[in-house]
Amino acid sequence: MTIEFLILTILGLTAYSFFLSKRKASALNAINPLDVHSQPHYHGLFSAILTIAPAIILLFLWSWLENSIFKTNLESYFSDVVDPYKVSFYVSGVKSFVAGASDTLMNHSNFSSAVEYYETSTKMSLALKSIVIVIITLITFRYSLNLVTAKFKARDLVEDIVIRTMKYASIFAIFITLGIVLSLLFETLRFFESVAVTEFLFGTHWSPQMSIREGQVGSSGSFGAVPVFTGTLLISLIAMLVAGPIGLFSAIYLSQYASNRVRSYAKPIIEILAGIPTVVYGFFAVITVGPFFRDLGIFFNIDGFSSESALIAGSVLGIMIIPFIASLTDDSLSAVPRSLKEGSLAMGATLSETTTRVIIPASFHGIVGSFLLAFSRAIGETMIVVMAAGFAANLTANPFNAVTTVTVQIVGLLTGDQEFDSAKTMSAFALAFVLFFLTLILNIISLSIVKKFREQYE
Amino acid sequence: MSNIIQRNKSEKRFQFYGLLAVGLAIFLLLVLLFKIFSTGFSAFNQTYLGVKIQIEKGENLSELDARSTLRKNLRNMFPEAQSRSDKKNLYSLFSPGAYIEFKEMLEAYDGDVIDGYYYFLASDDLDMYFKGTVARQGNSAGRIKPSQMKFVDEFVKMNLIELQFNRYLLGSADSRNPEMAGILGAIYGSLFAILIAFVTSFPLGVLTAIYLEKLTKQNAFSDLIETNINNLAAVPSIVFGLLGLAIFLNFFELPRSASLVGGLTLGLMTLPTIVIASRSAIKSVPPSIEEASIGLGSSKVQTIFNFTLPLAMPGILTGTIIGIARAIGETAPLLMIGMVAFIVDIPQGPLDASTALPVQIFLWQDSPERAFVERTSAAIIVLLIFLFLLNITAVYLRKKLEKKW
Repeated sequence: MTIEFLILTILGLTAYSFFLSKRKASALNAINPLDVHSQPHYHGLFSAILTIAPAIILLFLWSWLENSIFKTNLESYFSDVVDPYKVSFYVSGVKSFVAGASDTLMNHSNFSSAVEYYETSTKMSLALKSIVIVIITLITFRYSLNLVTAKFKARDLVEDIVIRTMKYASIFAIFITLGIVLSLLFETLRFFESVAVTEFLFGTHWSPQMSIREGQVGSSGSFGAVPVFTGTLLISLIAMLVAGPIGLFSAIYLSQYASNRVRSYAKPIIEILAGIPTVVYGFFAVITVGPFFRDLGIFFNIDGFSSESALIAGSVLGIMIIPFIASLTDDSLSAVPRSLKEGSLAMGATLSETTTRVIIPASFHGIVGSFLLAFSRAIGETMIVVMAAGFAANLTANPFNAVTTVTVQIVGLLTGDQEFDSAKTMSAFALAFVLFFLTLILNIISLSIVKKFREQYE
Repeated sequence: MSNIIQRNKSEKRFQFYGLLAVGLAIFLLLVLLFKIFSTGFSAFNQTYLGVKIQIEKGENLSELDARSTLRKNLRNMFPEAQSRSDKKNLYSLFSPGAYIEFKEMLEAYDGDVIDGYYYFLASDDLDMYFKGTVARQGNSAGRIKPSQMKFVDEFVKMNLIELQFNRYLLGSADSRNPEMAGILGAIYGSLFAILIAFVTSFPLGVLTAIYLEKLTKQNAFSDLIETNINNLAAVPSIVFGLLGLAIFLNFFELPRSASLVGGLTLGLMTLPTIVIASRSAIKSVPPSIEEASIGLGSSKVQTIFNFTLPLAMPGILTGTIIGIARAIGETAPLLMIGMVAFIVDIPQGPLDASTALPVQIFLWQDSPERAFVERTSAAIIVLLIFLFLLNITAVYLRKKLEKKW
């Protein structure tokens, strides 16, 4: 019996119990419909849920338990191996050998006995699992059929289950946040066991030394994250300098000057910019914007112009966030009551005077909010900077030099081969933790600003 | 206040700035698209070299060694290539794929005598030269040396060099040889990941939206969930990648590089988008319809599933498609869970190691070979077309199914 067959059996029994209960309830209905509390299909649904739920729960629990037991037992076969990475390598080797995915007997004295153990025990476990689960499913199947009576409130129960499911689904979102915070916090705290918090937050030298061998000289690395933060800030500021004016003036033009026709075309076109994957922007930065700026740099004879300069990454990042600023600012400009605008125009002010002196002050909160949101986007953006900015951390405010960002460091530290317990890997989590809280705070501030503003006029 | 002429001038100026900003945004978009399309278009064709193949009767075609037979026929075409290095230069004009193509041809060939010109895949260096991407300088072009160029000129003179449709690009997985590299493996990886992301995030998102919109009163608990979801929507995608790394790989020990893990991570990332879109769609269903349903004796759950949800479905689907489209283009979280690897096999299922289309783009743009530049652009074109189609579907759904109450 394979696992697929077991699942098919469970599903078949579920469908059959739905059908039988529904038929029984229909028969009851035919005798005296007024006596029967629930519609036949509710009886069917409840029976189906009662049949499938224990089986599924049991299946998951069993597989989870079985996995951890097998893992410990398999590891005990390789207890003489010191390197934990090597042990997991052997264990996965055994698993893939038994699964038939590979046919290499690895070079270890216990390998074949481990294979034998794993092969027999998985077979045993599967057989036992199948028998237990099928028996339990048959019991619930029989029991659910007995429940179908005229007085049985199947509908109430089914609706109760549905509502509960929805409630748990909505709680799941909280678990995601919790998962993010905990997984980041856990590694970050472990990171701070080896590196002082003050060094991380205020140190000015960042080189998470890529030690190739263990015990190499200087393999400890230094983790002063200030250059990483300033690099992020510099690139994001350049991006805001590009996107801010373009986004703001686009929004002003589209909301105040453009005819409806122009607006209905121009707005979606600008929003296409937001739909282009960031990896495409990164490629654009590498093949077009980079060479363009480099030529400019040569033309103007700028010293130390790097091909990974903050200017390149920043300006492409700026193009990416134009639509965020444009559409959010447009929304808040359009939300200003017509009476304000018309009052100003009636006093003889030109449209530009009305815009700068009445509409923008009136929607100032919204504009600030949209800028903050765009800024938080820029800080968290990864691919553009990974492709266009450098990895070396320089503490500089010169836009022509190469700088690095938080996200570049995270990608650099966590891709490729990694030992999971080194300070190097854990520093990526510490950086991500800072990034997460920074964007979270920016987001909360901007959302509350936008919300406050909206309430003013409603 | 200054005089009216100046004020009108500044009015004109202000309007011009606005127009300039809109124009600049659109111009930048066009430059980007033009650059990508103009670079990538040539990758859909590939250079092939014609070889005169002569195989006499009596040879068992399927047992011939493709490599040596093709080389023998090549030498027959160029008897002047005698020295070892000359022969090597001649062979190196072909891709390793040429031998595979020849082998396939031999296996599929019906007759027992072959005599004629057949075309085989050229190397990426020749491809770049023939397409004009790498300019000729004297007797060399890029990585084509003068000693190879004399054979190339021969081929050109004999008119035995031509462009054919690039069947590798959309038909195979990654390869170290640019001329044989394709995106099919990456497309499969993306499809598996997106399917899993949809299956996990859609039901969860819709159920959450219904609960928040219809089944709970405004209280501290619902406020908490609401703020939480709004904030999740703004969390940088790379943080979701770290979450996937910590939860799915390190805690649940799912296989690294599998599209299953990628899909789950992208699903978590898409969830807030779907919740927010679904909520506004559910909110826009007029209460009168629901009240009528309740008035006729339906329960709350019946009303939701029979009336609210079907009426809100277009809006929910539109939001979902937009969320999924964003997830398809997402790269950073996939880098975190190890979907960034050189994988030559097309994944057969979501548990196999695979890349995704945007990750393939990222990997290719990092490759030193010149020929990968146009292939990167071609992969981007495929990705953009796919996203475009998805967004068009979303717009169409919204237009088609939108009801004005």
